[in-house]
Amino acid sequence: MTASAIHVAGLTKAFGPVTALDRFDLDVTVGEVHGFLGPNGAGKSTTIRVLLGLLRRDRGEVVVLGGDPWDDAVALHRRLAYVPGEVHLWPNLTGGEAIDLLGELRGGLDQRRRAELVERFGLDPTRRCSTYSKGNRQKVAIVSAFASRVELYLLDEPTSGLDPLMDTVFQACVREVTAEGGTVLLSSHVLAEVEALGDRVTIIRDGRTVESGTLAELRHLTRTSIAVETLRPLDGLADLAGLHDVAVDGVHARFEVEPEALGAVQRWLADREVVALTSSPPTLQQLFLRHYGERLTDAEVADAPEDVS
Amino acid sequence: MTTGTRSPRRTAPSATAGGSELAGTPRLLRLAARRDRFLLPIWVVALGLVVLASVASIAGLYGTEAERVQYAVAVAPSVIARAFEGPIFGTSLGAILVTETFGMLSVLVGIMSVQAVVRHTRLEEETGRAELVGAAVVGRHAPLTAALLLAFGASLAVGAVTVVVLLAYGLPAGGALLAGLLLMGVGWGFAGVAAITAQVAGSARGANGLAGAAIGLAYFLRAVGDALGEVAPSGVAVTSAWPSWLSPIGWGQQGQAFAGDRWWVLGLFAAAVVTTVALAFTLTRHRDVGSGMRPVGAGPASASAALRSPLGLAWRLQRGSVLGWSAGLVLAAGAFGAIGEEVDAFLETSEELVDLFAQLGDSEELVDLFIVFLMALLAVAVGAFAVQGVLRLRGEEVSGRAEPLLATAVARPRWIASHLTVVALASLGMLLAAGLAGGTAYGLATGEWGSRFGDWVVAAVVALPAVLALGALAAAAVGLLPRRSVAIGWGAVGVSLVLGQLGALLDLPQWVLNVSPFTHVPAVPSEELRWLPLLVLLAAAAGLSAAGLVAFRRRDLRA
Repeated sequence: MTASAIHVAGLTKAFGPVTALDRFDLDVTVGEVHGFLGPNGAGKSTTIRVLLGLLRRDRGEVVVLGGDPWDDAVALHRRLAYVPGEVHLWPNLTGGEAIDLLGELRGGLDQRRRAELVERFGLDPTRRCSTYSKGNRQKVAIVSAFASRVELYLLDEPTSGLDPLMDTVFQACVREVTAEGGTVLLSSHVLAEVEALGDRVTIIRDGRTVESGTLAELRHLTRTSIAVETLRPLDGLADLAGLHDVAVDGVHARFEVEPEALGAVQRWLADREVVALTSSPPTLQQLFLRHYGERLTDAEVADAPEDVS
Repeated sequence: MTTGTRSPRRTAPSATAGGSELAGTPRLLRLAARRDRFLLPIWVVALGLVVLASVASIAGLYGTEAERVQYAVAVAPSVIARAFEGPIFGTSLGAILVTETFGMLSVLVGIMSVQAVVRHTRLEEETGRAELVGAAVVGRHAPLTAALLLAFGASLAVGAVTVVVLLAYGLPAGGALLAGLLLMGVGWGFAGVAAITAQVAGSARGANGLAGAAIGLAYFLRAVGDALGEVAPSGVAVTSAWPSWLSPIGWGQQGQAFAGDRWWVLGLFAAAVVTTVALAFTLTRHRDVGSGMRPVGAGPASASAALRSPLGLAWRLQRGSVLGWSAGLVLAAGAFGAIGEEVDAFLETSEELVDLFAQLGDSEELVDLFIVFLMALLAVAVGAFAVQGVLRLRGEEVSGRAEPLLATAVARPRWIASHLTVVALASLGMLLAAGLAGGTAYGLATGEWGSRFGDWVVAAVVALPAVLALGALAAAAVGLLPRRSVAIGWGAVGVSLVLGQLGALLDLPQWVLNVSPFTHVPAVPSEELRWLPLLVLLAAAAGLSAAGLVAFRRRDLRA
């Protein structure tokens, strides 16, 4: 059994009448990059703040690196680093000062790594924080976090202000710290980011866990997209079980197929002599849309009931 | 703007530009009024109550002309009364009311105006909300115009309430109207000053600080001018010296409501408002949203060893405020220390006055009283610094800057304690500096050092427990009632100021006076130094701080 870095079970947190987290579950294993996905306001930041002991849980079990985030906050904070989604810094300190201050208070910085990260992120550490853009403030928090040699990194939408180039640098950093044995909890609504980095994913919606597992596991729950061309006509394809969104045009067809029906479809197609076939695994995007799709559909139905094309 | 040499082609676009620069002002004004819908009415009502209590009290104390003449004869030659309250111009009920209360009301109206202007300009820029608003159809000058109109409106309301209260007490309509307009004028004038500091300073905090310093300077200039003034031949009126005329608060008093009604003084306010507002609008063109006039320079690429601890950060964040308050206190204490000589010289030249003050004791004790008066005032100022310093904790929390800090290995009590330590040590330093400055200036002016010098220092430092208690109340509020902490902290400062300045005048019962921690400070050197009240205050400070610390440890960090 692999060691657990974060174990959350039945976590509930309410702010007055608003329930932010409702019996939420999350398990992060040591050494993995765990994607934490959900739309705005789903409870991602609240979860991370509970994990940091900044918010007190109402109910439920929360274990971070074997300790209680509320009672053992200081001891745990020496072993983890946090990048907030919205980074606020002291306007009259320079970026370099803020990096050092936060790193030092966490228990020390690797100075060589700090210099290297400042270089890679193209950050000017002599500028006052008041003159930084959102992206630059985020870089300060990222550099400070990755320059600390810690076991756990809690990253709350860390790249929301970074440009694509810096995104690449960021992804490289995440791979480096996990290669050294670090664990990363990466909250995001940028699916590509989690897809590129994540080993496992937890999806949160309205404060509840709606899905959790490896990307491979989650894909089993979804459909594979197939585009096919055969020699013989594809009449009757639409009648097969487990197929969706079937579009047949003579010997060309596009459709989506459930995992259980894949074998039967394959055999059926083989009889019709396949000349070209592309199959694409479901993207996280599709997975995501399926989880939040109902809401979208409701809205669409309300807005344009006639639009069924 | 329009000059004969300009062609219509050139003036036409600038005219439309002038209009568009104010676009959106009514909407912004409504937004600002809505956001201040509780705060400003509380200010107006509270100031109205102070006026009401003052006029009721004075009407009771000085009901007859004989009583009022006796009061005027005692106050007119008193350097202390002139410096701390104001000049007297007549023996009517209204005139005495103006003498006793106008200075303090001016300071309060000034603070209200300054904070309103800065709150809706620089503070909005710092939170980023101004950017959002500025991107909409809002002219360049609209936010400042809306903020000024709001501050003007609040001062107008204070003036109107004052007029109503004075009329209700049956005071002459002319004097009442003038007094209300003069008070409004002070508010408008400081709103104009804040409009300028909001353009010049590097931050909202700095803008408030600069404008606050201007209020302090205005109060100080008129204190000097009034102290150096001469008693009129009638013996019941004072002709202030020229420094009083450099101060808007001085103008308000020199308007002589109920004692000659110099209506033309309103013209000074009009000129000052027009000048300051015009200057502020000009400055607006020369800076970017979110920054002051001075460009922000580069700084060190890495943190010094001193910064790498919660205490180091707390000092760094409080440093500017500590230095600013210290400079103001040293200046005020030094200047009043230098006037202290007048107290002696004054009594030496006039046998009659020595008799008159016989009830207060000999000349030695008069100087003692002067020191007590001055230090009580300065101690409340240090208390205001302490509250501001402690509320910085809440500011850090609300702005989200506390979050990354408390996500490091800094325990919450340690973070709170770091700021409380800086505030406590800085308060001690300020009181010590004020005492030393007062004693040194007094020594230089009179040549009297020795035990007198010690009196100054002891009179200052003895107030430390009361200052700490006030700051600790703010700390308890940050822990227990975070959303109310700013109101509680500044409310406590306001109560301490009003009770300290007006408590004796209003003849309030002792239990009301006891609410202020400063009431319990032994009046050294005119009284013996008693340790018990100081120890009780220290215990209260420790208890309140501990309550704040424990409560903060137990609650959510909230933005």
